[in-house]
Amino acid sequence: MAENKKPLLKTEDVSEVFGGLKAVSDFNFYINRGELIGLIGPNGAGKTTIFNLITGVYIPTTGEILLDGESIVGLKPYEITQRGIARTFQNIRLFSELSVLDNVKIAYHCHVKYGLLETVFRMGRYFGEEDDITEQSLKLLKIFKLSQHAHEVAKNLPYGAQRRLEIARALAAQPKLLLLDEPAAGMNPQETHELMEMIRWIRKQFGLTVLLIEHDMSLVMGICERIYVLEYGVIIAEGTPAEIQNNPEVIRAYLGTEAVN
Amino acid sequence: MDFFHQLIQQLINGVSLGSIYALIALGYTMIYGIIKLINFAHGDIYMVGAYLGFFGVTVAGLSIFPALLISMFVTGCLGMVVEKLAYKPLRHAPRISLLITAIGVSFFLEYAGMYFVTATPRTFPDTGLNFAFSVAGFIINGQQVMIFAITIILMALLTYIVQKTKLGKAMRAASFDTETAQLMGIDSDRVISMTFFIGSSLAAAAGVLVGVYYNTIDPLMGIMPGLKAFVAAVLGGIGILPGAVVGGIILGVIEALVAGFLSSTFRDAAAFAILILVLLVKPSGLFGKNTNEKV
Amino acid sequence: MNSVRKRDLIMLIFGLLVFGAIQGMISGGMIGSFWQLNIILICINVIMAASLNLINGYTGQFSIGHAGFMAVGAYVGVVATTNFHLPLIAALALGAIGAGILGFLIGLPTLRLRGDYLAIATLGLGEIIRIVIMNIEYVGGAAGFKGIPHLTNFAWAYFAMLVTLFFVKNFVNSSHGRACIAIRENEIAAEAMGVNTTRYKVMAFTIGAAFAGIAGGLFAHQFYLINPSSFTFLASFNYLIMVVLGGMGSITGSIAGAFVVTFISAALASFPEFRMIIYALALILLMFYRPQGLFGYMEITNFAPIKKLLDKLSGTKGD
Repeated sequence: MAENKKPLLKTEDVSEVFGGLKAVSDFNFYINRGELIGLIGPNGAGKTTIFNLITGVYIPTTGEILLDGESIVGLKPYEITQRGIARTFQNIRLFSELSVLDNVKIAYHCHVKYGLLETVFRMGRYFGEEDDITEQSLKLLKIFKLSQHAHEVAKNLPYGAQRRLEIARALAAQPKLLLLDEPAAGMNPQETHELMEMIRWIRKQFGLTVLLIEHDMSLVMGICERIYVLEYGVIIAEGTPAEIQNNPEVIRAYLGTEAVN
Repeated sequence: MDFFHQLIQQLINGVSLGSIYALIALGYTMIYGIIKLINFAHGDIYMVGAYLGFFGVTVAGLSIFPALLISMFVTGCLGMVVEKLAYKPLRHAPRISLLITAIGVSFFLEYAGMYFVTATPRTFPDTGLNFAFSVAGFIINGQQVMIFAITIILMALLTYIVQKTKLGKAMRAASFDTETAQLMGIDSDRVISMTFFIGSSLAAAAGVLVGVYYNTIDPLMGIMPGLKAFVAAVLGGIGILPGAVVGGIILGVIEALVAGFLSSTFRDAAAFAILILVLLVKPSGLFGKNTNEKV
Repeated sequence: MNSVRKRDLIMLIFGLLVFGAIQGMISGGMIGSFWQLNIILICINVIMAASLNLINGYTGQFSIGHAGFMAVGAYVGVVATTNFHLPLIAALALGAIGAGILGFLIGLPTLRLRGDYLAIATLGLGEIIRIVIMNIEYVGGAAGFKGIPHLTNFAWAYFAMLVTLFFVKNFVNSSHGRACIAIRENEIAAEAMGVNTTRYKVMAFTIGAAFAGIAGGLFAHQFYLINPSSFTFLASFNYLIMVVLGGMGSITGSIAGAFVVTFISAALASFPEFRMIIYALALILLMFYRPQGLFGYMEITNFAPIKKLLDKLSGTKGD
C-alpha cells in the first residue's frame, strides 16, 4: 500500500456495541489534511457516538482509529486533545459560571509550560505565559465577535454566542483536527450564514482540518467538500455535496425517517 | 468446637444488629431512589423514633407494641414534615445544596433533641422481653426474637405495599423516572411524601427495637447507625429494596464478627472500609447495574 | 514592576500591618487570653477553610473528612516535637508531608467517585484515620497524646495562614487552578479541553490535605493534650460550614466563614446546643436563599471601591 499522502485521521472497521445494540458498525472513513468533511444522517444514526469514539469518550468495541498513522484507541480524552483533536458539544458544555475570557483561557491548558512552583511563587515563566494566554484568548474572542462579552458570565450569553464560544474554546486548544457537533443548532439563517463564513475563515487562517455534524443542509452543502451519510450506525453514502444530494439511498433514508430541512 | 460455637453466637448477634440496619437502610434506599438524596437526617429520624417509643412506654405507660405503632406513625409524619419544609423547596436545586440541607436537618434534629430531652442517656424500662433461652447451646434472648419477628413482618408489609398497591406502583414509577411518572398522571409530590412517611416509620421501628435491645438511648444515637445503614444501602445497591436488607444483614454480621474476634474499637472502621471497598470495586452495589453518564 | 506583582506586594503589606496591629495589642495586654486563643483558632480555621475550599469550592469535589488530615498533621507534628525534639517549623513541614501523602493515597482511588458518593467516602476515610490513631498506643490511643510543648503563638499561626492564603490565591489564578475550576464547572468539557481531570483532582486534594496537616500541627501545639475525639466528622462538618457559609470558590469567603463560625463558637461556648441549632438553621436557610454562600465566587478585591483603590495603588488602568 504505497500511498503518498497519509490521511490525518482514519478509522478501520470501528464498531461500538452498547448492551447488545450496535450503535456503530464497521465504520471506515478518512480525512485528509486540510479537508472539511460533513457527517450527516437522521437522528440516532450514531453521529455523536462517532465523535465520542474519536475523542476517547468511548472506546471502540472493535477496530482502529489512527491519527497521523498512530493508533489513538484507548487514550484518555485529554490525551487525544493533547495530540491535536478538539471538539464542541451538541448539548453546549461551557464552563457556565466563568467569564467568557476564562472559558477560552482554560483551553490553553495543555500548552502551558510553567510548573507548580512557578505558579505559587509567581516567577519564572508564569507572567510571560499568562500574558500570552490572555492576549491570544482576546484575539480569538475578537474573531468570533465575542470581544464585548469577554468579562460576562458564559451562561448569560445568547444561544448563538454560546455556540461560537464553544468553537473559540476548542480552537484555543490549538488542534490539527476540529470536530464540530451541530454548530448551527438553534441558530437563525442569518447566524448560520455568518457561522459558515467564520468556519471557512478559521480553517484557512489556522490551517485546520474540520469534521462537522450538522442537520442544517444549507450549511453542510455550502461548505463541506466531502460528506459521509450515516444511518443506523452504517455509512450508506459518501461523496461530494452534489453526489449526496442526488443519491437515492440518502433521499430514502431522510424522507423515510424525517423530512429534509 | 469452641470456635464454631462462638462463631454461631456472633452470627445470631450479627443478624439481629443487621436487621436493625436493614430497617434503617430501607428508608435510605427508598428516599435515594426517589429524590437522589443521601438523607443525612435519616439516622436522626430513627433517634426520634426511639425517644417516642421510650416516652410511649414510660410517660404514657403503654406496653411495647402500641408504643411501637404510635412511634412509627408519629415519626412517619415527622419525616413528611421534614421533606415538605426542608427538601421540597430545593427540588430543582443542585444535589449538593440538597445534601448540605440534609446535613443541616440532621444537626437540627440532634441538637434540638438534646435541648428538649437533655444529653443524658435514658434507660429503656423492662419490656418483659429480658428472658433468654438456649437452642442447642446457643443463647437467644427475647429482644432478639422480637427484632426478628418485627423485621420480618415489616418487610413483608413493605413488599406488599411496593408490589401490590397503587401507591407502590407509583413509587416504583417515580423512582424510575420522576418526570415521566408525573406526565403519566402520578402526583409525584404525594408519592415522595409517602416515601418519606414509610421510610421514616421503618426507621422509627428500628429505633424502638434498638432501645429495647440495648436498653439505652441518647440524642446522638442516630449518627453512627445512620451512616452504617447508608453503607448497607450502598452495599446492596442504592435504590434497590432487597439490596438494602441483604446489605444490612451482611454489615451486621461482619461487625459482630469484627467485634467478637478482633476488637470492638475496629467495629466502626470495618463498616467504612466495606463502604470504600464497595465504592471502588462495584459502586452500583451487589444488586445494582452500572450506568454511564451520557455525553 | 508588573502590576500583578505590585498588587501582591500591597496585599502583603496590608497583611503585615494587620499582624503588627494585633501583635501590638497582644503584647500591650489589650487582648485577654480567651480572645488570644480565639484569634489563633481563627488563623487555624482560615487555613482549614481555605484548604478545604480548594477541594470543595474550586475543584468541585465534595469532601467531608477534612478533619482526618488535620489529625494526621497534628499527630505527626507532636511526635516530631515531643519525642524527637524537632523545632516547630520541622514539625509543621512533616505534618504537611504526612497529611499530603495520605491525601494523595486516598485521593487517587476515591476521586473517581462523584458528588454524594465521594462525600460519604471521605467521611468514612476521615473516621477510619481517627479510629486507626485511636488504636496506636505509641501516640496515646483513645486517651490522647500528653505533654505537648506549647509552641504555637499568634505569629506562627498568622504567618502560616498568610502562606496558605497566598498559595491558594496564586494557585487558583494559574493554568493549574483554572484546570481545577474547569473540572468543577463541567468535567467532560474540561477533559475535552485537555485537562487531565484525575491528576488535578488528586493535586487539589493532596494540597488541601497538606495544608490541613499544617493547621493540625498548629492546633496540637496550642494545647498540652490532643486526642482523637478532636478530629471527628463533627469537626469536619465545622470546616465545611465555614466554606459553605463563606462561599465555595472564594478565598475571602473562607476567611469570613472562619471568622463567623469561630466567633459564634466562642460566644456560645456555654450553650453548645444553641450553637449547633444556629449552625443547622443557618445551613438550611443558606441553601434556600443564598446557596452560593456569602461571597459566592467573588473576592473582596472584586468589589468596586476596593478594586479602584488597588488599581490606583498598583498603577493599572481599570479595564
